[in-house]
Order: sequence, then C-alpha cells, then structure tokens
Amino acid sequence: MKYSGKVHKFGADIDTDAIIPARYLNTFDPRELAPHCMEDADPDFPQKVKPGDIIVADKNFGCGSSREHAPIAIKGAGVSCVIASSFARIFYRNAINIGLPILECEAAAEGIKAGDEVEIELENGHIKNLSSGEDFQAMPFPEFMQGIMAKGGLINYVKGK
Amino acid sequence: MGMTISQKILARHAGRKIVEPGELINCQLDLVLGNDVTAPVAIAEFKKLGIGKVFDQSRVVLVPDHFTPNKDIKSAEQCKILRDFARQYEIENYFEIGQMGIEHCLLPEQGLVVPGDLVIGADSHTCTYGALGAFATGVGSTDMAAGMATGEAWFKVPESIKFVYYGRLPRWVGGKDLILHTIGDIGVDGARYMSMEFTGEVIENLSMDNRFTMANMAIEAGGKNGIFAADEIILDYVKKRVKRPFELYQSDPDAMYFDIKEYDVSELEPVVAFPHLPENTRPVTEATHVSLDQVVIGSCTNGRIEDLEITASLLKGQKVHPEIRVIIFPGTREIYLEALRRGYIETFIEAGAVVSTPTCGPCLGGHMGILARGEKALATTNRNFVGRMGHPESEVYLASPAVAAASAVKGRITAPWELEPERGFHYEI
Repeated sequence: MKYSGKVHKFGADIDTDAIIPARYLNTFDPRELAPHCMEDADPDFPQKVKPGDIIVADKNFGCGSSREHAPIAIKGAGVSCVIASSFARIFYRNAINIGLPILECEAAAEGIKAGDEVEIELENGHIKNLSSGEDFQAMPFPEFMQGIMAKGGLINYVKGK
Repeated sequence: MGMTISQKILARHAGRKIVEPGELINCQLDLVLGNDVTAPVAIAEFKKLGIGKVFDQSRVVLVPDHFTPNKDIKSAEQCKILRDFARQYEIENYFEIGQMGIEHCLLPEQGLVVPGDLVIGADSHTCTYGALGAFATGVGSTDMAAGMATGEAWFKVPESIKFVYYGRLPRWVGGKDLILHTIGDIGVDGARYMSMEFTGEVIENLSMDNRFTMANMAIEAGGKNGIFAADEIILDYVKKRVKRPFELYQSDPDAMYFDIKEYDVSELEPVVAFPHLPENTRPVTEATHVSLDQVVIGSCTNGRIEDLEITASLLKGQKVHPEIRVIIFPGTREIYLEALRRGYIETFIEAGAVVSTPTCGPCLGGHMGILARGEKALATTNRNFVGRMGHPESEVYLASPAVAAASAVKGRITAPWELEPERGFHYEI
C-alpha cells in the first residue's frame, strides 16, 4: 500500500483529548467526529486537512485514554497515515485494529517539515520526503498487522479469514 | 531466570510455564469491561462478527458511567445501546443508574476482579485493578469486541520497572502524591508499554484506597499496567467481597527488571501537577500562588471512602471560599451511602460544596462541572491535558483530596497544614 500527501506537524505527547475532545464522545460516527479532529491542538486542522494528508508528530502520540474514537476521527478526517517518533500503547493497538496506517520513525518525525509532500510504502516502511528528496526507513509491520490495516481493521480481517 | 508478577499472570493465562518480555502471546481473559463511551463501538463491531452470544455472560461487565445520568439525547442513545445489548445477550454484570458507580471503583468493590486475574477494559484506567494483584490493562473498543466474542486477547509480554518507596511517609502525603511524584520523575512516557511494579516498605503499609489511586495512574506514565504483590492488605479487602477462587502472586527474587527506581519519601510534600501534563509536578508549597475557580473531588482515582474521609476531616466546620465552586462525587453508590452514614455528605453540603451522583462527567469535561475559557480547577482526577475539563483555554491542576479540600476553603492551591493541622487525618505507617 502506497500513500502520499501533505504533512501536518504536531509536537510531543499529543493526547487523545487533543485528538478528539471528550465533549464529542457521545457519538462514534466518523462523519461527526472528523470535524473536531485535533481541534484542541490546532483549531484550524479540520478545515485545513485534505484527503490523503499525513500527520507527523513527536514522541508518545495518542497518550491518554483508550478511546478508539481518536484513530476513528483521524481516519474520518481523511488522513492516510500517521508517522511519529513513538506511539502510546493503546493508540498504537487501536490504530491497527481500525485500519489507520501508522509508522514509527524518529528520524522522519524530526526531518519532515510541515507542508512537505511525503510518500509512504507501508509494506517496507519506506518514507520518502518528496519535497526535500530525503529518505527514511521505519520498521515495517509484521505481515498479519499489515493484513489488518489493508482490510480496514481487525473485525474485517477476522471475518475475511 | 525468575519472573515478575506480571509475567506469572500472563504465563498462566497463556497456558505456559514461562513467558519472557517481548514475546507475543495469546491469553484467556477473566473479565472484559466496557462503558457508555467505548462499549457502543465495541457492540457495533461485535455484531459484525455475527456471533449469537458472548464468551461468558458472567465475565462481561458493562457500566454506563461517563455521560450518565444521560447528559443529552446522544448520550441517552449510547446508554440505550448498552442496556439493550445487556438484555439481549443476558449480561449478568450490567450496572444501571442506582446500582452503579464509576467503573474502577465499582468492580473491586463488587468483588468482580480477584487477585491473579487477567482483565481487559475499554477504558485506559482499567490498570486500577493492579492494586488487587491482578494484571489489568486498557484496550480499545475493537479489542473489547474480540474479547467479548472469544474470551481471548493477544499481548506483548511487557518489561517491568520496579518502583521502591522507602522512608517514613509524612503527614498529608498519600498514594496520589507518590504516583504524581513518580510520573514527575519518569515522565508521561517513562513506562511506555511497561509494567509498573510498586514495592517497598511504604507500599507494604499503604491502604487499599491509596493503592488503587497509584495503580490507576500507571497509564499516565504510559504504563501497560501497574501492579502490587499480593499481601494481607489485599487479602483482607478481597475476602469480604469475592466469590471466585483467586491466586496470589509475588515476583521472584531473581526476576528481571528493565529498571529499578528508588524513592525516599521521608521529605516528600504533597504534589501538584500543573497544566497540561501529569508530569509537570511541583511540591504544593510552590503552587500556593495559583487561584482557583473550581475544585473537583472524586473520580476513579480519588473517589473512595478514605478520600472522602480526609476531605470531610478538612471541610468539617469550614466554608468553601465564596468565589469557588466545589463538586464532590463519591465513586459508587456504596461509597456514597457509607459517606452519608458517617456524616461526610452533611459536612460537604454545609461547607458549601455540591455532592454529585457517581459519574465520570467532570473528570473528562463531559458534564457536571465544565470550565469556561480561562478558568482554573484543581481536581483529584488523573489528567490535566488541554481542554480536559472544558474550554481549551482552561487549566486543570492535579492533586490529592487533602490538597483539594484545603484549596476549596482558601480559594487557591493550599497545603493541608494551612488549615488547623492538629484536627486532620493522616496516613499512619
């Protein structure tokens, strides 16, 4: 799976309340969550984000609550992939389970700037910054996890087996 | 090589003699938990699997506690999904308003989690049950759905960090201060993916309510779980409540740890975490300049009877500051009733606080105490992220019930000894 898009950059310890504030958790419809995605970290993000765009963040992305609404909101906003120096444990698991592609790569998180155009190959963990020409290598996921993401999440993957 | 408590519990549930950190294992679950925010998503996923029943009707727990009593129509619809599912699938442990409580106060109290259990909950503070010597960890809704269907989940065996607390715990310092101090030291990702094992002479003498507070906040350091070795204090707590057999685990003397952190607590002051991360900790005496608009006492972190006891001891005969709003919410119906019998509720109301039914509402900015732009709250809850209790430009400071009660009277962050310390409650060791 190849993804490419424009980068939106965020800092360290972006928590799940910043990704989707609890005040919107009385629904789990991606269409209702997406307009509030990342709004407490960047109020303009829901307007700026375009389908296929990529989030690049520093360490511990998605810390805090277990709400699956966080990766659902990001996916619902059209984001194709999240790259971070590191991910909080529950967010990491949730992203894979709902089929939101993610990659862990410290060098890419440091080297990629806001507004850069980036291309990602999920199979081999290859990240190419089309704006600067720089290449980065993330640890690729094991095959079964790639399978889950390709199927759009764990439930579809389990059903398809 | 020996194993930690966490390794032993995971090994037993994987049907293995030994597991090592980093291994991916499939485990049998003792309990699967969800609430009114996470379970509706899990139920929708569960139904896609087309299975007629859950793996065990007695081992799925559903607690509508976040936006309850239903705060609006959408929340009511979410709760209805839980209720309908519980009826249709004959879930034995569904807790309706009137029987319920904040899930992580409720499940131990009801004896639903026992030492040695392996529990997943679609709520990050599921790690609270580590206080009982159980391996309990938060997961998302899809994992909950798969858990309800199969009674199984896969885990990566975590490495463990051992935290050793020694010295004499000073007056006014308790579990909340110990865990905030620890998070302040290691950071909000200091135990990412790891098991936090709490040990030492201070822990050996620490009450259950204080241990629940510590295990509860393991997630705020990124921990997969927090855990305590089974001892007499745990045994005393569970034998009055549980109906299932249980197993008591200790770490082996030669167990491997990723790191060992030692803290001499003898000089520790009550700790306050400043906005907007639980790691931004300072001693309370460096926080007394912060004026407040609201004080919130309760939650899955500090909504238990000892928390209300210390709050009542400080508020007795006092009035809350006229410019401050004080909201106190007992963790469960049973805790509420006990506080009523002991006269605490009357003390709170006479002091000018409001007392709420058990709900997660104010802690996560759901309802029952939302902050306006620029307002500041001190809360005994667990998170102080941007917008956590309301407006993105509001602020949350985290502290113990003792600091919260003293601050409620003074209208600014206050050390408990500023209020007639001779009358106060303190933790004996």
